[in-house]
Amino acid sequence: MQQAAETFSVSVWRGAEDGRFQHYEVPRLPSQTVLDVVTFIQRKLDATLAYRFACRVGMCGSCAMSVNGVARWTCRTHVDKVIGAGDALELAPLRNLPIVKDLVCDMRPFFEKWTRARGYFQPTATRNDPLARISPDSRQRRRAEAGIECIGCGVCYSSCDVVTWRAEYLGPAALNRAWTLVNDPRDSGQAARLRAVAGDSGCHACHTHLSCTERCPKGIAPTASIAGLKRATALAALKGAL
Amino acid sequence: MKNDWRGRQHPGFWAFVVHRLSGLLLTLFLPWHFWVLGKALNGSAALDGFLRWTDQPLVKWSELALVLLLAAHLTGGVRLLLLEFLDWREWQKALLAVATVATLAVGVAFGLYVV
Amino acid sequence: MNARLEARLWVAQRISAMALGLFVLIHLATIVYAMRGGLSAAEVLSRTRGNAPLAAFYALFVVSVSVHAPIGLRAILDEWFALRGRLVDWLLLVAGLALAAWGLRAVAAVFAG
Repeated sequence: MQQAAETFSVSVWRGAEDGRFQHYEVPRLPSQTVLDVVTFIQRKLDATLAYRFACRVGMCGSCAMSVNGVARWTCRTHVDKVIGAGDALELAPLRNLPIVKDLVCDMRPFFEKWTRARGYFQPTATRNDPLARISPDSRQRRRAEAGIECIGCGVCYSSCDVVTWRAEYLGPAALNRAWTLVNDPRDSGQAARLRAVAGDSGCHACHTHLSCTERCPKGIAPTASIAGLKRATALAALKGAL
Repeated sequence: MKNDWRGRQHPGFWAFVVHRLSGLLLTLFLPWHFWVLGKALNGSAALDGFLRWTDQPLVKWSELALVLLLAAHLTGGVRLLLLEFLDWREWQKALLAVATVATLAVGVAFGLYVV
Repeated sequence: MNARLEARLWVAQRISAMALGLFVLIHLATIVYAMRGGLSAAEVLSRTRGNAPLAAFYALFVVSVSVHAPIGLRAILDEWFALRGRLVDWLLLVAGLALAAWGLRAVAAVFAG
């Protein structure tokens, strides 16, 4: 083993909504991620700490937490990126979601809103039909492309002030998913989807704070997708189709 | 748990705050503005009485503040329209800088010519 | 769900915003131009009295702002003060109409005669 490394201070949320921060001293290592810190605490200091992770490489979207007040994917966030020498780390569960225990929040409201936004594909063809031909250069395909890499981590939802102010608001991820489907010519559920994403709990509640776009670890701009939905639903409303 | 100020430290959020507060203050100012202009109904003497009141330095500076609020709400609003009605492009991120500079330019113009 | 109402309010807010974008620009230019060297009522009124195009411009300005401002207030009342619902909407409609009437009275005061 190496010599005992320099340590730094880490406060971790313990308990549910009525919990509190607990303090740990953790060795500071080169190229250490925030998830490494949590794993160290759970394995070496306190086995009762609850947290979620799976892939550790930024694919699964399960390890997002609030790191010093900012929602981040912890597996791809280096400690050096968040704090300087001598600074402390503060880890809390994602905001805007109910806390189950410690760093684990209940993701159900988040994913239920994907369903409410009709963020699922409704095919028009059967397996016996030929494959749809969609040009990669088409406008629709490019718009879908811009939002399709979402991993469902909840960082945008957690960063969104409108979600805080209106509990019913569908949030950036669900609306972004809906926008990718609005641009899918193979989908049959368009009218119902536009109805589902309009209104004061839908795209029209967005005030373009850009917090989602600022924080999305995948570099997606949900704000742009929501703007697309605003235009599409407004057009539908003016045509009397909403 | 709700989000706190640390997650809001980015330009887009502050642009929102400026837009909302300037809109609110301008809305509150409007009825009073209309009341003053309505004084012209009673002839130019009534309006002149008010205009002399506005020559005080404190009022002049308040006028500059109002002009800045209006310019900020205008440029911020144009920025929002461009964000909402155009497909997303990288240069749209720079709109906030343009809006800020334009607002300050209006303030300088007003400051040079009027105050 | 009130999808249609919200979508229409959004459209009204944006269309009035586009109009106001132009109006405010002209208004700001007018302010800086007219206020150079100080204002006097006689000077202002001599330019405005009977000026029909400018009167029409400011009447449209007043109507646009009376559409735009109450929709903005509605969002503030909802999000920051948890005031929402039909009563709030009706009150805002009345406020918008009152603002328009009050503003058109001012336009008449400055331009008529």
